[in-house]
Amino acid sequence: MYRRVILVSLFILMCNLVLAQKDTGFFKVPYDTSTSKLNMDAVYNRPFLTHKKVPVAVGGYLEANSIYTINDGITDGLSFQARRLTLFLSSSIKNRLKFLTELEFEDGTKEIAIEFAALDLTIHPLLNFRGGIIMNPIGAFNQNHDGPKWEFVERPDVSTGIVPATWSNAGFGIYGKTNKNNWVFGYELYVSNGFDDRIIDNEENKTYLPASKDTEERFEENNSGLPMISGKVAIKNRKFGEIGLSYMGGVYNKFEADGLMLDKKRRVDVAAFDLNFTIPKINTNIIGEAVYAYIDVPGSYTQQFGESQWGMFVDFVQPVYRPKWFKWENSTLNLAMRFDYVDWNMGMFNGTTTLIGDNLMAITPAVSFRPSPQTVFRLNYRYSWQKDIVNNPAALSSSWIFGFSTYF
Amino acid sequence: MKNIGFLSVIILGMIFVSCSKLGPIEPLEEDVLDGPIDGLNSTELSEFLKGDEAFADVFTVNEGLGPVFVANQCAACHIGDGKGTEFVMFTRFGQSDTSGNQFLNQGGPQLQHKAIPGYSPEVLPSGATTTDLVAPAVTGLGYLDAVSDADLLALEDPNDVDGDGISGRVHWNMIPGYVTLRPGSVTLNGRYISRFGKKAAAYDLLAQTAGAYNQDMGITSVFEPIDPFSGLPVEPEVDESVVHQVVFYLKTLKAPIQRNQDDPDVIAGKNLFTQVSCVKCHVDVMQTSYSPISVLSFQEFYPYTDLLLHDMGPGLDDNYTEGNALTSEWRTPALWGLGLSKVSQGGQYLLMHDGRAKSIEEAILLHGGEADQSRQQYEQLSDTEKAQLIKFLESL
Repeated sequence: MYRRVILVSLFILMCNLVLAQKDTGFFKVPYDTSTSKLNMDAVYNRPFLTHKKVPVAVGGYLEANSIYTINDGITDGLSFQARRLTLFLSSSIKNRLKFLTELEFEDGTKEIAIEFAALDLTIHPLLNFRGGIIMNPIGAFNQNHDGPKWEFVERPDVSTGIVPATWSNAGFGIYGKTNKNNWVFGYELYVSNGFDDRIIDNEENKTYLPASKDTEERFEENNSGLPMISGKVAIKNRKFGEIGLSYMGGVYNKFEADGLMLDKKRRVDVAAFDLNFTIPKINTNIIGEAVYAYIDVPGSYTQQFGESQWGMFVDFVQPVYRPKWFKWENSTLNLAMRFDYVDWNMGMFNGTTTLIGDNLMAITPAVSFRPSPQTVFRLNYRYSWQKDIVNNPAALSSSWIFGFSTYF
Repeated sequence: MKNIGFLSVIILGMIFVSCSKLGPIEPLEEDVLDGPIDGLNSTELSEFLKGDEAFADVFTVNEGLGPVFVANQCAACHIGDGKGTEFVMFTRFGQSDTSGNQFLNQGGPQLQHKAIPGYSPEVLPSGATTTDLVAPAVTGLGYLDAVSDADLLALEDPNDVDGDGISGRVHWNMIPGYVTLRPGSVTLNGRYISRFGKKAAAYDLLAQTAGAYNQDMGITSVFEPIDPFSGLPVEPEVDESVVHQVVFYLKTLKAPIQRNQDDPDVIAGKNLFTQVSCVKCHVDVMQTSYSPISVLSFQEFYPYTDLLLHDMGPGLDDNYTEGNALTSEWRTPALWGLGLSKVSQGGQYLLMHDGRAKSIEEAILLHGGEADQSRQQYEQLSDTEKAQLIKFLESL
């Protein structure tokens, strides 16, 4: 019923937009490519459709692709995937008051999520209040994850295997930004609901922070009863690039029920470093993120669930050609390469000097074509090596992926 | 700029074409332990796949894991259907005589040394004797299950009548009420011939599987309804049909395939294997009798075991017993798949019942008791002959 209401509402909304486009007052606001934007601005830095002086704007993006995967020499054949249809709706309610929401349909209607729905109150550029469903500012990808911004179909492994992108929670907080000369500085600080026991009790059979996304009650109840804190500081030089340091942590387990202590308070703490810069002259864009997570796992529990995890990815994107096909003025052909690494279980087995495995490494060469900055066609080849917990020979996987992602 | 662009596209195209040829290739059937027996029909293959899925299924707290347990999935102990690792060791406890386990009401026979959050794992009761075990490979079990009791009785020589120093015997043991006797099952004083497990204490794969769900994962079933933590009967946490699917999977996993059979060293090693009498316990050829799974019926196969209990001497005596097996008695482990053990054990050998042997030679040298003469004969071989024998064992 819930899904049906949403689908009907969206259909009506889209019909209105189609009708509105016949009106000459309807126009598109492209996303801002100015150098004063930080990753934390990504949520508002998207193209929107709006109409004359109507204070409401609508936007979204679609991602679809074909994929052919071979796992250890065996393939299930070719599949076509409609990965994401995401809709944005923003509104300037009053001076200094604005609202934005992001609704995402993943894999058709298999997963429908409100990824962001927050009210922003601007008191000063350095002091804004935000409340609602917020995206926790851990790393950069979690907030800046729109498909059309990336040259790769798959999301970075560290951003889906350790950081549960897109990870958002009910919560409140503040953020702000200031700039001087070529420098831009921003910060965010939120308290929100947090993780739950699923992170060490799930069918992935590893400590897996994204498992908490399956908890339907997480927007109405905080499992531990204690707020999770997340925050980030970022600094950018307009001529070079941006780096960010972020943290997210809190108690995840249900340590108390009906006033009775069931367990000690067990924390999850995640720290991330991200960077995004362009090498002058050759215009090579380098985007990367490294994440470390510590999870307090009971000592008497199975070591299948690790206490420490880390992972990283780095993307290299090189524009190589600017064709003028079909009078596309800003089209670009890029070559790109991504390196992924995730270790879900750092350290050694208890009482031994044997290293724990449970890690993944992948390399993804890619070519992308952008008829405009808002649309990307991508051809990726991904090759991965995944080791099990005891470090047996890696399972090998390769995928050919061709698809597109576009704002609309 | 334009030329550079076109050149880049051409280079990229070449890279992509190359990459397509670099995609992972399927390993040879003989290089992996998993996979079904050849000749299963489509219905049997469907059942095999269901069992395969259930074997890999991860139990969570909500699904009944624990509260005390050893592992949370079958595949955690039998990675790739192979032997286990030090990461998931089993500890069984009881006593040294065959009067029956006196610690069943204190959590026996297996120590659940892990616990879900908020619970404490089981601790060893005082006075109990223990043994540590590494999980065995689970391949080819359907063949072993289908060997007739008569064939096993024909192999035993409990009183060493032939005077070769080897006195293997079948394990006459009590069986749970839920098992179905195999055709031609032989009984002696209310006991039946058991054949699975390190001490051959389990009658068949249903008993082994239901027991593993219960004692390894803390999962109750209609077969084993007692919760190991509370000691009380609880609702089944795994469906009866799922247990049967896993049993079917275990029965229809293919037997390991020998590699490099034509290698002269392997051939020489096989002859030495017979010459030093290893083959008297690690029997190379067996036959199945009737099986409801037609491809298993009346088949010759090569497990290198006799499924009998043998006294392995004081060095391997853990002062712990199961059923009527004595403390120094162990069932001859099948050697098929031995060479692939490292693929499931993290790149190293962990052999003998508790993984104490880190190489095949070390395992041979740990043989005592009835195998003492064979060990001595092995020690007298030249280095070349030893290498040939080990090469043969690695080919299995």
